[in-house]
Amino acid sequence: MAVNTDSNTYTVAFAAVMVVIVGSVLAFAASSLKDRISENEKFEKQQNILYAMGVSENGDDEGSVNFVPTDKVEAEFTKYIKEQIVIEGDKVTKNDAAYLIDLKKEIAISKKGETPKLPLFIGEKDGKKSYVIPMYGKGLWDAIWGFISVDENLVVQGVYFDHKGETPGLGANIKQRYFMDDFKGELILSGDSFVGIKVAKGNNDPVNKIKDDNEVDALAGATITGNGVSAMIKESVNLYKPYLETIRAKK
Amino acid sequence: MGLLSKKDTNLILDPLADNNPITIQVLGICSALAITAELKASIVMAVSVMFVLGMGNVVISLMRNIIPSKIRIIVQLIVVATLVIIVDQVLKAFAYELSKTLSVFVGLIITNCIIMGRFEAFALANKPWRSFLDGIGNSLGYGIILVIIGFFRELLGSGTLFGYKVLGDPVNKTGLYATGYENNGFMIIPPAALIVVGIIIWVQRSRNPALVEEN
Repeated sequence: MAVNTDSNTYTVAFAAVMVVIVGSVLAFAASSLKDRISENEKFEKQQNILYAMGVSENGDDEGSVNFVPTDKVEAEFTKYIKEQIVIEGDKVTKNDAAYLIDLKKEIAISKKGETPKLPLFIGEKDGKKSYVIPMYGKGLWDAIWGFISVDENLVVQGVYFDHKGETPGLGANIKQRYFMDDFKGELILSGDSFVGIKVAKGNNDPVNKIKDDNEVDALAGATITGNGVSAMIKESVNLYKPYLETIRAKK
Repeated sequence: MGLLSKKDTNLILDPLADNNPITIQVLGICSALAITAELKASIVMAVSVMFVLGMGNVVISLMRNIIPSKIRIIVQLIVVATLVIIVDQVLKAFAYELSKTLSVFVGLIITNCIIMGRFEAFALANKPWRSFLDGIGNSLGYGIILVIIGFFRELLGSGTLFGYKVLGDPVNKTGLYATGYENNGFMIIPPAALIVVGIIIWVQRSRNPALVEEN
């Protein structure tokens, strides 16, 4: 080719063409896959909510996390989640699409001092009611989020955590079953105050036999992610405090 | 070797030992430290890098005569980033679970110096097929070291391999733990990876003195 690839004109032209090509390829890929991706994300949310309230395909042994399969999740979700509500200040409304609310935005709204729309899911399994609260916070590298499910006494029924980019093998282990299972039976109340559950280092209770200490054993090498989980639980519990008080009072 | 000539075979075999990207060229150390706390993550990372480096080398090699040298680094970066993002999107649509495992690696692949290094040193000057082999060879060499580090860190740090408790249960004190053995918490944190890499480099150079640089 007789083109001078070192000339400024060529360089600028090349860059422009490259940007257009790459841009269109990415835009095409993103828009043609968008529907499938958002569907997958919807199923995932449903799976996570069900997992937190104990609806999953987990065996009894300590092992991996097994969700309700994606082809069944929609049916199971309508079966177990009796009510989806949105809490806006004192106003509580039913909303069947509450699980699609982006909690990150709502938390940002509440930090500005305005009233957020907070989703909450009321499930029932084997005659036992659970209140599934979504959570959102930050770990070491990026966002962490999850769901925590409590009964009328505010005893934890189950949790689910996930993360965007925690370190594999360390902070990423918050989504491992051995970590999440530790939260079952813990209290988010200490006496009458809402303290959440702390991920504690060296709490002399590695197998987590003591359930009313508001503590679970931390993950080695994942201090900041663990602190993030503690902070996230505390923040969410505080956001939902007014509603949780009414559940307690009703009992 | 009917398929590959001797020169081509060397493209794959050299980076496995005597020209290993991690232990000899000292590239890609960052990701070797970050994600080797468990074996599974090491393997996922190795496979992802193999895909991106193989494909990227071919793309860069095809474009090698038209890339303006002034902006070649940016062009290389764009090629890696585009490839990785497309792969990530396709996985999100068709293999959602897998894409969740990979998510954290996406950023790490883009910044992996081995990829830029091979584009710059090899793909810009060689034909696509040879560049492809070079990419596969280098990512294999990278992967082998990752797997070795991951193996030792997971075994000594957590007492597991691929998540299976091969040494017994540390909490209930079964298996090896019944004799008083304890997991070494140090192996879980990134500096341990540096020490393992150091030991590999030491072993490799003492077996082959030709690799030791003169000062």
